[in-house]
Amino acid sequence: MTAKTLYDKLWDAHVVRADEDGTTLLYIDRHLVHEVTSPQAFEGIRMADRKLWRTNANLATVDHNVPTTDRSKGITDPFSRLQVETLDQNCKDFGITEFAMNDPRQGIVHVIGPEQGATLPGMTLVCGDSHTSTHGALGALAFGIGTSEVEHVLSTQCLIQKKSKNMLVRVDGQVGNGVTAKDIVLAIIAEIGTAGGTGCAIEFAGDAIRDLSVEGRMTVCNMAIEAGARAGIIAVDDKTIDYVKGRPFAPTSELWNKAVSAWADLHSDKNASFDHVVQLNAKEIKPQVTWGTSPEMVVSIDANVPDPANESDPVKSEGMQAALRYMDLQANKPINEIYIDKVFIGSCTNSRIEDIRAAAQVAKGRKVASNVKLAMVVPGSGLIKKQAEDEGLDKILIKAGFEWREPGCSMCLAMNADRLESGERCASTSNRNFEGRQGQGGRTHLVSPAMAAAAAVAGHFVDVRELD
Amino acid sequence: MKKFETFRGIVAPLDRSNVDTDAIIPKQFLKSIKRSGFGPNLFDAWRYLDNGEPGMDNSQRPVNPDFVLNQSRYKNASVLLARKNFGCGSSREHAPWALQDFGIRVIIAPSFADIFYNNCFKNGLLPVVLEDAVIDTLFNEVAAFNEITTFNKKEVTALPGYQLEIDLKTQSIKTPSGAVISFDVDAFRKDCLLHGLDDIGLTLQHVEEIKAYEHRRQQEAPWLF
Ligand code: SF4
Repeated sequence: MTAKTLYDKLWDAHVVRADEDGTTLLYIDRHLVHEVTSPQAFEGIRMADRKLWRTNANLATVDHNVPTTDRSKGITDPFSRLQVETLDQNCKDFGITEFAMNDPRQGIVHVIGPEQGATLPGMTLVCGDSHTSTHGALGALAFGIGTSEVEHVLSTQCLIQKKSKNMLVRVDGQVGNGVTAKDIVLAIIAEIGTAGGTGCAIEFAGDAIRDLSVEGRMTVCNMAIEAGARAGIIAVDDKTIDYVKGRPFAPTSELWNKAVSAWADLHSDKNASFDHVVQLNAKEIKPQVTWGTSPEMVVSIDANVPDPANESDPVKSEGMQAALRYMDLQANKPINEIYIDKVFIGSCTNSRIEDIRAAAQVAKGRKVASNVKLAMVVPGSGLIKKQAEDEGLDKILIKAGFEWREPGCSMCLAMNADRLESGERCASTSNRNFEGRQGQGGRTHLVSPAMAAAAAVAGHFVDVRELD
Repeated sequence: MKKFETFRGIVAPLDRSNVDTDAIIPKQFLKSIKRSGFGPNLFDAWRYLDNGEPGMDNSQRPVNPDFVLNQSRYKNASVLLARKNFGCGSSREHAPWALQDFGIRVIIAPSFADIFYNNCFKNGLLPVVLEDAVIDTLFNEVAAFNEITTFNKKEVTALPGYQLEIDLKTQSIKTPSGAVISFDVDAFRKDCLLHGLDDIGLTLQHVEEIKAYEHRRQQEAPWLF
């Protein structure tokens, strides 16, 4: 038998039929649904008078539009409210389980999937959202789809796909103290670029990836899409199995044992061949800060803002100049002299319990700097919020001057009321620093939760390892 | 889905790499529960000088005269020429909906983000990948054409804009000078575009195979059901 990659194995196990040219009908085990990309799909199903293929394969929540402040008054913005109510109604009409706004299990779709055990190793999982790559951290083949495909999955439990290429990103060795999953993935994007993984499924491997918790692995896979790959995957190991065990949607007793023995095969075979291989040395990775308007515009905390004059490719150089203009930054300015107005700790990249612990650890005994207008922590789900409160993390953060909010996407993309005003600069643990992403005219710098908390207390970017 | 037929269209040059889906259609417009009406907000933050919100009367908003689609020669553009990694970012299908609503039928770039690329085909939009050097030539030709049709800094609108003729059947693009550029496209997707086929309908021709798969899988991995 030929050696297979993990991606090959996951793919092969889900092929319903394949044409000679490789066009494949791929079976989908789990479909996650949120309010933004689903209304037109449900409308399509109604118009075509179709039924759901397998209702219990779907799980829904509301995350993008929900307020992170007091929810007792509902949603003020009429457009947001209509979108949320539309999902509630669709779930009711079609019989889909939904964690609605006031359900304690509500949260960001990519946080609640793994948290509930709705994401399992060996699954194919899709959602109308590009950061579906997150779920690959559990050894699942997970990728984002558009609304037409949402409708396709709802009505057929399949997707028409062509297989991607295999890419291996290996991070060897160990990272130093204060260097996190977020720094690793930003360093990977710096290395391969935002289109480096286009057309590929990336498997992340190596000691530095193995050493991460499952939460940290989710952070890495989450940003596979920022490296151009639709899917990121990590092999299953004991950590994965421990993580899944006992979660509400996970199998139990005899089925659990059966599943665990099947999952033992969820890794790339020893001699499996990859179309592309990239290697990074973990020891060289430092805390990362983005300076521009694309995640590949990223440098280490001890570096300076790059100078477009040193870039020989004219298109690239012009792109850098445009980014500097938008970000209102001078070339060669030291990163740690960049002052910020707001801090956002949250999003499907970094809103899990260990992210909040990391932020609280930095915040403990310190105060948010006076030039920082708002520093907010938005847990990824209601259950994470509760756990953090049980651990007393909320008190530490509030005492330091952070705001402690209700779960949702929040200022990751500012569809709700949380946003940057034009010209404001933000240290953010989210995944995209695109123009206007966090509010029109807003300026985003992507960092890890520890680095965001450090920036909050210093008022500017600072190496969290050197915070006194 | 509408069939994709051979056509000739005006080319608007958008000389940027990494044009992301947040730029194509900013998030505030994603609150719509409809599939149409996104055209006036295509590239909203670049196109207008104020902050756009859903429900605004777009005809009353101040436009950015420097933005390419606001120049009168590109008002009826149906081909968009761009740089690498076009459509990166989110999976929002509102991006192809907005482009299509504006009137764009073909996007030409050296590379596209996967999800966006895929979403285009589902909506009758044709994304064409050409080599960097060919893209450079096209940008140059569009710019040269603009110089010829500009007099005293004013556009000579009597002359039609730079146009390309796109033929999906023969997978070729004809430039005004008569040069022919060929491009690759996946055979299945081409077929769907040419005939306006609906994916779901196609898949539902395989109901028995899906059921057989489910049956087999249920034995192998019962915890998935
Ligand atoms: S947190 Fe941000 S990236 Fe994640 S699903 Fe929400 S909007 Fe998308």
